[in-house]
Amino acid sequence: MSKLIFVFLALIPLLCTSFSPDRPSDRRVLVLVDDFAVKSSHSLFFNSLKSRGFDLHFHLADDPKIALQRYGQYLYDALILFSPTIERFGGSVDAAAILDFVDSGHDLIVAADSNASDLIREIATECGVDFDEDPAAMVVDHSGYAVSATEGDHTLIASDDFIKSDVILGSKKIEAPVLFHGIGHSLNPTNSLVLKALSASPSAFSANPKSKLTSPPSLTGSSISLVSVIQARNNARILISGSLSMFSNRFFRSGVQKAGSPTKHEKSGNEQFFTELSKWVFHERGHLKAVNVQHHKVGEANEPSIYRINDNLEYSVEVYEWSGTSWEPYVADDVQVQFYMMSPYVLKTLSTDGKGRYFTSFKVPDVYGVFQFKVEYEKLGYTSLSLSKQIPVRPFRHNEYERFIPAAYPYYGAAFSMMAGFFIFTVVHLYHKCVTFLNPAFGGFLWAMF
Amino acid sequence: MAASDAQNGVSSIRHAFGNVLAFFILLLIGVLAFSIRLFSVIKYESVIHEFDPYFNYRVTQFLTKNGIYDFWNWFDDRTWYPLGRVIGGTVYPGLTLTAGTLWWILNSLNIPLSVETVCVFTAPIFSAFASWATYLLTKEVKGAGAGLTAAVLLAMVPSYISRSVAGSYDNEAVAIFALIFTFYLYIKTLNTGSLFYATLNSIAYFYMVCSWGGYTFIINLIPMHVLLCIVTGRYSSRLYIAYAPLVVLGTLLASLVPVVGFNAVMTSEHFASFLVFIIIHVVALVYYIKGVLSPKMFKVAVALVVSVGLMLCYGGSTYSIGSIKPNKGMEWKKFKSVRSFLTSLLCDSTYASKYIPIIASVSEHQPPTWPSYFMDINVLAFLVPAGIIVRLMLVLAPAACILSGIALSQAFDVFTRSIKLQLPSLSDHSQVDAGVASPESVVPNDSVKMDKSEDTSKERTSKKSKKKEKEPVEKPLSKSQIKKRLLVLPLETSVIAIILLVLLGAFYVVHSVWAAAEAYSAPSIVLTSHSHDGLHVFDDFREAYAWLSHNTEVDDKVASWWDYGYQTTAMANRTVIVDNNTWNNTHIATVGTAMSSPEKAAWEIFHSLDVKYVLVVFGGLVGYPSDDINKFLWMVRIGGGVFPHIKEPDYLRDGQYRIDSMGTPTMLNCLMYKLSYYRFVETDGKAFDRVRRTEIGKKYFKLTHFEEVFTTHHWMVRIYKLKPPKNRIRGKTKKSKSKTSSKPASKRKGLKRNPF
Repeated sequence: MSKLIFVFLALIPLLCTSFSPDRPSDRRVLVLVDDFAVKSSHSLFFNSLKSRGFDLHFHLADDPKIALQRYGQYLYDALILFSPTIERFGGSVDAAAILDFVDSGHDLIVAADSNASDLIREIATECGVDFDEDPAAMVVDHSGYAVSATEGDHTLIASDDFIKSDVILGSKKIEAPVLFHGIGHSLNPTNSLVLKALSASPSAFSANPKSKLTSPPSLTGSSISLVSVIQARNNARILISGSLSMFSNRFFRSGVQKAGSPTKHEKSGNEQFFTELSKWVFHERGHLKAVNVQHHKVGEANEPSIYRINDNLEYSVEVYEWSGTSWEPYVADDVQVQFYMMSPYVLKTLSTDGKGRYFTSFKVPDVYGVFQFKVEYEKLGYTSLSLSKQIPVRPFRHNEYERFIPAAYPYYGAAFSMMAGFFIFTVVHLYHKCVTFLNPAFGGFLWAMF
Repeated sequence: MAASDAQNGVSSIRHAFGNVLAFFILLLIGVLAFSIRLFSVIKYESVIHEFDPYFNYRVTQFLTKNGIYDFWNWFDDRTWYPLGRVIGGTVYPGLTLTAGTLWWILNSLNIPLSVETVCVFTAPIFSAFASWATYLLTKEVKGAGAGLTAAVLLAMVPSYISRSVAGSYDNEAVAIFALIFTFYLYIKTLNTGSLFYATLNSIAYFYMVCSWGGYTFIINLIPMHVLLCIVTGRYSSRLYIAYAPLVVLGTLLASLVPVVGFNAVMTSEHFASFLVFIIIHVVALVYYIKGVLSPKMFKVAVALVVSVGLMLCYGGSTYSIGSIKPNKGMEWKKFKSVRSFLTSLLCDSTYASKYIPIIASVSEHQPPTWPSYFMDINVLAFLVPAGIIVRLMLVLAPAACILSGIALSQAFDVFTRSIKLQLPSLSDHSQVDAGVASPESVVPNDSVKMDKSEDTSKERTSKKSKKKEKEPVEKPLSKSQIKKRLLVLPLETSVIAIILLVLLGAFYVVHSVWAAAEAYSAPSIVLTSHSHDGLHVFDDFREAYAWLSHNTEVDDKVASWWDYGYQTTAMANRTVIVDNNTWNNTHIATVGTAMSSPEKAAWEIFHSLDVKYVLVVFGGLVGYPSDDINKFLWMVRIGGGVFPHIKEPDYLRDGQYRIDSMGTPTMLNCLMYKLSYYRFVETDGKAFDRVRRTEIGKKYFKLTHFEEVFTTHHWMVRIYKLKPPKNRIRGKTKKSKSKTSSKPASKRKGLKRNPF
């Protein structure tokens, strides 16, 4: 008995810390910093994470003891890279290890800076974010800069061009502009996974503020992204910012006044912006799950292994959203189901009962084959739902066709009248006196004449 | 009187003796036919062969498990994904039902044989039946001696052996029996004029329709014969009885087979029979009227009918020319349908006849080479007074056997008779008569034959000639004796000729046994090769299929060229995209296009079909010539037939198909090349392909969208898995920059590996 309890006790930490699909929020976060000063200079951001229940582990980025996984198990659920200048991580961590970490479904926050190292750039590039190749370049905006007493080169910019998504940035509108001081990056417009969370104003450009501009800057205008978020295909989320100081207590606390704007905000929007964004990145918001896919014929309860063409069926699925603490019903009017065989034969919007259940009913098309019930739900900010369930559709059985159809009665009549006629003819032919009719050839001829 | 009685008694004893002998000979022929086909089981194992038999085996399993109604309505969702296939309605059920019934009977007799065993031995059993049917047919035509000879020949004709060795569980296995038996019943009906046999004939025809698409041979050959009889003035009521019920009942029964259905009245293969059906009735009417009317009146009637008919025709044609002018398309269509009729005569399925490239890609549909003609028919070729497709060789074989059976037995007849007549003539003349009759049980049948030849002449004079068949047994004897005297050949010639004939026969037997043992008993899923260091067994196919069935999910889809579809579903139990039932050209073309596309495009095609694994057969390492690279041009052709961006010239360098360094870039970058030769250079360092006898053109390359998951022992089957789509999309910054930074990382990796 005591042995059992011991085993159970030994299991408890394992049970608690292991990643479970039922609780998608991250728990254990590894923070890699250039030096431990960041821990105090950015304490507001870290404290907001801690207060939400995250378990932060701080390490120097070149600490030789750091490891992301042990015995094939990842030790952390998320990684924060606040080490823009690091050239080589310590321990077994390298760019490939970090990308593997992401590819196995974990989240990542990367903060670069004007002198970001090649390593950080490589990680960003692999995620679809291209930093300005000039290492000394910064984002300069001569009309959208933040009014400040000390800095006169307009590299501290105030931007309020947020991504329009309540899921990513929370439902509360961010009133104050966000302060930014760092390197800009561009995104490939064909890349469907990466989003500009904060973009620069049309008057911004990326150049070295200390040298004279000789050639036109490579990045200009609102194509410059200041902060980008990426949701990988496996729903791992990545935040890449061109500025580490954005997260700092100094920026969180300072007031902001955008050049040319009369209103002066007491507090910049940075804190709200990053708190909400980190909620999204760490899956406290916008994480959907679909469970309990059911389909059956109308009027039946059991799921059949095969449908027949023209069957009427009912399909239902339950979709929930993770609120950070519990699964709440997800309510939307745009969830669709496809009845798919190489192309969708039926495409229906599901109706919902507001408690997470989505349902519809439709008729199986008049085509047999191996179909799929497909729900492909990809909505901005939400994790993508991709359900497919294979179901064959068979043609009618031989005894499922209609037996007597009115259109065929003339043919039945023809067949039966011919039978009767043939019978009469046979009687006449066999028992008539006329000898010549006995010739079988003639009989066969008449037979064929019918 | 007494003498003739005694002679009768002696001859009846002889008859009885002859019959018993014939019975035992037939039994032995059956044993011979069965056992000569067991080489494959003895040399290899009791296993289903090749491709189509695996499908038939799977269907039979389903039938024995689920019963006939489920079989009839079977919708198979594991093949032709995602279209599926209605097996019940697209398969000739004869073979399956036969083997299923056999299995059921055996099991209800408490003989617990597995379905596979029954399937393996169905073909040998039915070849025994086929040789008996040959005996019956030839006996009906020419007499028991010829029948026995023909049966022996058929029992071991190589071309038939090739399709009916144990394990070759294909439609032809039972269909050849059905074919011969149907012809036998047709001849029997012709000879007897009995409606009973006519009905049996229709039922035999029904069995043939159930069994094989080759039933169109029957439904075209019999009308041809009937037409020939009519044209040569041999019309009789017996001909009518033999033909009319067959067409009516046969067509009704044929349309009951789901796969034939309305084709029995709507496709061109069957039109000939209907045309002849009409003609025979017209002829019957003419004969009847001729009998009723006086010759003079008959002439008048003919004149009347002809003139009225001409007028009607004229009126009709002017009307049709005037009113339905734009009907040229119809004419063309008709012409086309005639052409398709010709093609369908040569190929078994009407599906296939529509898609010429696919038909052409099947080796069975290619013209046989003369060596193979000789190989398959051998000595018989000299005995048959006779370019066909390979499959036709199979149908040709029984005909060749029967003709050579007749020829051989006649030759023996003549030679032995001349010896007999000359040897006794030295000693006693009176014994000659007895001697003539004694040795052969052939004699009465011989007279039947003669009677038959005289039949037609008698037919015209009196219609009750049926009874005459027995009558001439006594009478023409004297006549035929005179004839026989005239046929006497010199003794030496006869002896030498007999020796030569025996030698010829011995050579035939040796060749047949050799063919059965060496050439035709390989199951093709297990290959062997002899080399200086002994026997090598290549069991790669089953290795690969076993891997699939053990290491992949049940619902995973496996793409391969269609040749391996049946085997994959039967042995690996995985869903396939295309299989050997080539009913959907577009689907096959899609797979062909994927195989001939570059990696990325191919990945997209396969991904859209939910394919998880791609299977290719590669013989370059061990020199297995029928691999996918050799079939590749067909994939290109079939793919290009539907998707015109695939062009055959892109894969050919100056019209030559090559995979060495002179190969075109399209060829060296297509998926089939890459999947076949991926890592091939690691085997010998030179990447020398033993089938093409050349070094391959592109040796070092990586796969980006596929990963190798399994390669069999001799590399004959290689299985690749589709990689999932990339989790992240890379930015566009040049790799060169990140390369510099990643280099130390990879170096470090190398360092890290060293300790291990």
